[in-house]
Amino acid sequence: MDESQNDMIVQVKNLKMYFPITRGLLRRKVADIKAVDDISFEIKRNETMGLVGESGCGKTTTGRCVLRLYEPTSGSIIFTGHDISKMPERKIQRYRKDMGAIWQDPFGSLNPRQSAGGIVGDPLKVHHMADKSELKDKVAELFRIVGLDPDMMDRVPHEFSGGQRQRIGVARALACSPSLIICDEPISALDVSIQAQIINLLEELQEKLGLTYLFIAHDLAVVQHISDRVGVMYLGRIMEIADSWELYENPLHPYTKALLSAIPIPDPVAEKTRTRIVLKGEVPSPVAPPPGCHFHPRCQMAIPECSQARPPLRDVGNGHYVACIRV
Amino acid sequence: MPENPVESKPDDAMGAIAAPPRRSEWRRFVRVFFGRKLYLIGFIIVAIIVFTAIFAPLLTSYNPEKNDLPARLQTPNAEHWLGTDQMGRDILCRIIYGTRVSLIIGFSAVFASTIAGTIMGLAAAHYGGWVFAVIMRVADVLMALPAIILMMLIAGMLKGGGIWIVVFALGFGGIAPMCRMMCGQALSVKQNDYVMAARAVGMSNWRIMWTQIFPNAYPPLIVGLTMGIGGVVLGEAGLSFLGIGVQAPTPSWGGMVMDGQRFLLTNPLLSLMPGLAIMLLVFGFNMVGDGVRDAIDPRLRGVI
Repeated sequence: MDESQNDMIVQVKNLKMYFPITRGLLRRKVADIKAVDDISFEIKRNETMGLVGESGCGKTTTGRCVLRLYEPTSGSIIFTGHDISKMPERKIQRYRKDMGAIWQDPFGSLNPRQSAGGIVGDPLKVHHMADKSELKDKVAELFRIVGLDPDMMDRVPHEFSGGQRQRIGVARALACSPSLIICDEPISALDVSIQAQIINLLEELQEKLGLTYLFIAHDLAVVQHISDRVGVMYLGRIMEIADSWELYENPLHPYTKALLSAIPIPDPVAEKTRTRIVLKGEVPSPVAPPPGCHFHPRCQMAIPECSQARPPLRDVGNGHYVACIRV
Repeated sequence: MPENPVESKPDDAMGAIAAPPRRSEWRRFVRVFFGRKLYLIGFIIVAIIVFTAIFAPLLTSYNPEKNDLPARLQTPNAEHWLGTDQMGRDILCRIIYGTRVSLIIGFSAVFASTIAGTIMGLAAAHYGGWVFAVIMRVADVLMALPAIILMMLIAGMLKGGGIWIVVFALGFGGIAPMCRMMCGQALSVKQNDYVMAARAVGMSNWRIMWTQIFPNAYPPLIVGLTMGIGGVVLGEAGLSFLGIGVQAPTPSWGGMVMDGQRFLLTNPLLSLMPGLAIMLLVFGFNMVGDGVRDAIDPRLRGVI
């Protein structure tokens, strides 16, 4: 393993995740939902990688593949030097403690019949990282880290507010001191004021504990704020990937431009002069995506060649990659 | 107080909010359970029934199995408060002793079928695939047979009418509905994010089944369980009538209802009284079941 690989927490190479659609008694496969269609990216240690895109573009599926909750159809996921994409569940166990997950819905992702302390302590128990006597202290420590009162350990999730529940989720993700945390839209179900708290908490924890995040969201402003690098997904593919400031200052892909133009500016004067690119049509079905570039039916710059072949993700310098033949 | 409790709390700038003081879980259970008259009445009925079963010999001086032909078919009088049956046995005495038989059969059969059905249903829902197919098809076949035929088949095959054979027959008949109910519940619980979160944490299938799915899937089980006790007592009556239930002279409520039906016009109390006992038992257990369900549901905390 050379030096550069050592620095990589996750390398995703040509990841494909197809969900079969089956019909009839014999479960004959009639089609595939191409949720993730051949994407590659990598996340460096201590970096935050953002994944943005609209609903159904495959960003959550990507996150779940990295967590190996789904077995990818093809491609490889190299986590701290080990390919976990085809590993049997039994072997993945020991990598699971190095990966944490924060879930979108703070109401649905916590077992309503388990106490908050029990939920946070579960990863420690599963990976035998604390014996009975230490468990309570460790859980209390985790509560303190995420800004919850350890006295509330015995309460069930129902008794907490949305923001507090998401803190429980963060504490659970942190329990085994993982190196990578996958944040699957951790703030989209929260109030704006609480969103800021959670974002600040995540940033603070990253600084203190040296965490690496895969941050999945659809809120571009938030992603820009927290991420070092951002990947823009559309219909299962990565359209553009670049350093955060580079992407926002100099978007190249027409889809990224359209997305960025949709961010409202909190200044009435500037807001009036903002030019919006309004995309026509709907996102096509991932069962039968358009040929060539997935975006071409909705693209303002499309030319006939766009429907011919899939545009490769090409390097335009500065660590900026774009999958478009028109730029 | 030696120290200000606020100081021990974490940095408030992070938005940690101290929650209001909480009541103890047990006190809440008691408050909800006994705070409603219906649940309280149900609990009292069940308590009386259980008490009767345990202390049966102290409550009556008659022998429930000893014939006294000269005193047969008496109407209620000072000696026999509810009269006597065609063998001259005291009805009240037989109802009191019958409580034992009914409770033993009811509890054992329902618990056995609940345990078996729960494990099968959970496994089917959690593992899916061929495990699901095999278990659910077997359950379908069992459900397709009318319950009484299934029980007759088992009780007939095993011969004799001992209590435990009746328990086995009735319990076996109850597995399929329990299994289906548990499977349906577990399948819907499984959709929740917290089950996926548990997988991401690295929990084993077994552990997910019992710590994540089961605690969220079992509340309807309590209702099914209490209703089941009533149903089993009725089922035992059916088997007794067909001569493959609890054998005479052991007193069982179901058997007494069936014995008395020949004298329904001349002495209706013979059937009515054990029937009333069955009714009270079913009502009592249903109320207790509802009360427990409300009292243990954490989502109802603060609501009731």
